[in-house]
Amino acid sequence: MTHNRNFSAWFLMLPALVLLFGFTYLPTIKTLWYSFFVNVPGVQPQASLDNYRYLFDDEVLWQVLKNNIIYTAITVPTSIILALLMALWVNAKLRGRGILRLAYFTPTILPMIAVANIWLFFYSPEIGLLNQLLAFFGYDGYNWLGDPNLALYSLMAMTVWKEAGFFMIFYLAALQNINTTLYQACAIEGAGRCYQFRRVVFPLLMPTTLFVLVNAVLNAFKLVDHLFILTKGGPNNASNLLLYYIYETAFSFLDNSYAAVLTVVMLLILLVLAVVQFGVLEKRVHYR
Amino acid sequence: MNVRTFFSTASAWLLALLWISPLLYAFWAAFHPSEYATQFSLSAPFTFEQFERAWQQAPFMRYMLNTIIITLLILACQLVVCTLAAYALARMRFRGRGVVFALILLQLMVVPEILIVENYQTLASLSIIDTYWAVGLPYFASAFGIFLLRQTFMTVPQDLENAAKIEGCGLLRIIWSVYVPLAKPTYFAYALVSISYHWNNFLWPLVITNTSSSRPLTVGLAIFGAPESGVDWSVICAGTLISIAPLLIVFLIFQRHFVQSFMQAGIK
Amino acid sequence: MLKKLILGGIIATGLQLAHAATQLTMYYPVAVGGPLTKVVDGLVADFEAAYPDINVQAIYAGNYNDARVKALAALKSGEPAQLSVMFSIDLHELRDLDAIIAFDDVVETDEERAWLNGFYPALMENSQADGKTWGIPFQRSTIVMYYNKDLFKAAGLDPETPPQTWDDLVRMGKQLTKADGSQWGVMIPSTGYPYWMFGALAKQNGEVLMNQAGNETYFNQPAVIEALQYWQSLGAEHKIMPQGAIEWGTLRQNFLDQKTAIMWHSTGNLTAVKDNASFDFGMAMLPKNKEYGSPTGGGNFYLFKQSTPEERRAALTFIRYMTSPEQAAQWSIATGYMGVSPEAYETKALQGYVQDFSPAAVARDQLEYATAELATHQAGRVRKLLDDAIQATLTGQQNAQEALNAAQKQADRVLKPYQ
Repeated sequence: MTHNRNFSAWFLMLPALVLLFGFTYLPTIKTLWYSFFVNVPGVQPQASLDNYRYLFDDEVLWQVLKNNIIYTAITVPTSIILALLMALWVNAKLRGRGILRLAYFTPTILPMIAVANIWLFFYSPEIGLLNQLLAFFGYDGYNWLGDPNLALYSLMAMTVWKEAGFFMIFYLAALQNINTTLYQACAIEGAGRCYQFRRVVFPLLMPTTLFVLVNAVLNAFKLVDHLFILTKGGPNNASNLLLYYIYETAFSFLDNSYAAVLTVVMLLILLVLAVVQFGVLEKRVHYR
Repeated sequence: MNVRTFFSTASAWLLALLWISPLLYAFWAAFHPSEYATQFSLSAPFTFEQFERAWQQAPFMRYMLNTIIITLLILACQLVVCTLAAYALARMRFRGRGVVFALILLQLMVVPEILIVENYQTLASLSIIDTYWAVGLPYFASAFGIFLLRQTFMTVPQDLENAAKIEGCGLLRIIWSVYVPLAKPTYFAYALVSISYHWNNFLWPLVITNTSSSRPLTVGLAIFGAPESGVDWSVICAGTLISIAPLLIVFLIFQRHFVQSFMQAGIK
Repeated sequence: MLKKLILGGIIATGLQLAHAATQLTMYYPVAVGGPLTKVVDGLVADFEAAYPDINVQAIYAGNYNDARVKALAALKSGEPAQLSVMFSIDLHELRDLDAIIAFDDVVETDEERAWLNGFYPALMENSQADGKTWGIPFQRSTIVMYYNKDLFKAAGLDPETPPQTWDDLVRMGKQLTKADGSQWGVMIPSTGYPYWMFGALAKQNGEVLMNQAGNETYFNQPAVIEALQYWQSLGAEHKIMPQGAIEWGTLRQNFLDQKTAIMWHSTGNLTAVKDNASFDFGMAMLPKNKEYGSPTGGGNFYLFKQSTPEERRAALTFIRYMTSPEQAAQWSIATGYMGVSPEAYETKALQGYVQDFSPAAVARDQLEYATAELATHQAGRVRKLLDDAIQATLTGQQNAQEALNAAQKQADRVLKPYQ
């Protein structure tokens, strides 16, 4: 009987396991294996640690990692706070909240790659909308994408725009699930709105926040679509991100072995993040 | 209306305006002649010319069809694969369950995007590059889907399953007639997330598709509007509007259901 | 019985026909749709009408980089592809990958050998290596200077005398620049293909960026550093060009909106500028310092190794057809790319076109001073090194010397295995 039970369980798991093995575990192992070779067009492939040694000399990599950290550290909290704010607004009895909800959510259904061209217009230095607006108010414009001090932040603005509305939906769903008697109880006790939010609503939103957090952090590493149109990582890698660098190394430099090493770096980062986040998730189970 | 509400309302609307400004601009550029793409004037004449040009320059219908097929193919396979795995993890005791579950959770972080290089090699060796299957395969086993459905299935009362067993139902039958109907809101919410993800997905389809026989809208649009050949915003905006129109309309019609299903699914 | 015979006959003929027709698959680096595909499709259809025993299927695979990746992937997975138009500067890499064969090994007759020598020598610099010809020029361009004649007039300059030298450019640029930032003298794009623009400046200063074998670069030669210093000075010192990176893709719009009086850009933009300019514009050779100069650019025909002798011959027939003077002329008129041989410019069609529309001759005239585009082993990576150095300098992060020294050091490392 147990034998039978085991068998059917594995039978049900089979499709998922085969697919996961083929497209997640095996490629991960292969990546690790290939990262110990040097293999570029026209040179005999050889087992070597050169690629790992080069990691430390690769200034682009360090720049890219720094960018990715800044990018994550800013876009994640910003989009989460904005999402929460949006959800609170849309959940309150504000005038025209149907339209507001629609407006906030629109970026989610617009493909990043398609709207990137529109953002290119916003950011364009001489002719773009942003600088036209600034000029209207009598200010000098900026070279949003062409200035290494601004390019990354310009990309971040677009990312926040894209993500906040999507996360809002999760907060909204959670807010609407909160029992209204809770609010009433607070009102009776005469608790202020701020207090009510801090001590009652926010703790109840904790699980949602964690879910959104995991997703936002992941997206900060895997969403590079806008780079293809806006900056291609430039100028001088000022806005380059790790996944785009991997793509370039593999598909433009044709250097799969170094791309493998970079992928290993990416996997390590994600592993660390996973450990941290699941650690936090564990805690969540406790107070529930 | 006190000052505070007024302030909230005003900022809410300002943010909303900011949020749809790209879409507003797309409408502006698409419905006016090219010379007004970068300057705004009330006297700009109205035209459909940009749509005609865009329509002639790229096979949008084909891209659209590809996107729809790919999105639905992925969704269908995900639902089947994830349902089976989720049931096993939720309701069956077997050796190695904990390990398997941990392995699956790992994929929550190691998403297929990260492994484009190796996955590309795998599919190239299977000779199925530039097909719908190639675009979909890495996504069929979704850890998120398995996790979500497992959580939902665990809340289904065991009695229902026992009753079905007494009636002589097989395993698949039980899943189909007991668990699936009860998890409908979860399926719906998951479907929405999956569709909006794959409708917008770019990097992997870019890598794996070669021709318009399998290229989805995102890749088609990227090639269509690639800055290499010089940006012509009017036509690009027209193309963009053509390609987002279906999803935009569907969303406008169903937006109420949309949020409600999220609430019922209890993704939190 | 009779029926059977006839039927058999039909089947036999059908088989014969099917057997005789050679199927060719060609990868082509252009976005699906768009004006260019229509032109290529037209030329292919004409070819198939003239040579009924050869069928050519064109696969449009996106930009140069995409087309190369996709063609190579197709070959690797065993899908047929006999020829392709790809970036001329992919030459060394394609050879490293053992993907292509030399045309010298396919040509048979003296006539064909003569055909190999019929193209502009400047275009062949990116097509030859080790004394053999590996690419046949087709979709080729150079950098030219577009200028706004109306703005020249308004600034009190002669609209028929564009800047001829680097000093002219600075002097006129100052007159063409408005202090409030609403109009700039000149814009040279520094995203997209900065190394290409820089190749022009280096050549004008009497230096090239790499050797013919593609295993040595000269990024930190004094004349090259000087060229980058000049480029940087246009923005930083003379204030006639905006500082920071200038976007390749939106530059044309800047020019059309009269935000800049002069732009350096590919000849490939000519048709679009001509169709959309609301002002009188001119096109001229790039200015000189020590000499005139521009790199060539664009795509060549290549023959893939993975093909049968019949397919190679058929592909050769096709390429000869596409580059014959008549077709080259038709192609050049339709797209703005250059006619690839002197003979093409002797055709009635192109002669008439050049006469009516003088800018079309500029790219050709400039060929006399042209040089190869940056092409090395591991081309993508080496290109990026130079691109980064240029952008670092133009955005003021590093000075030209530091940036180019660093790029050279990295390029040496990358190219060492090939020396």
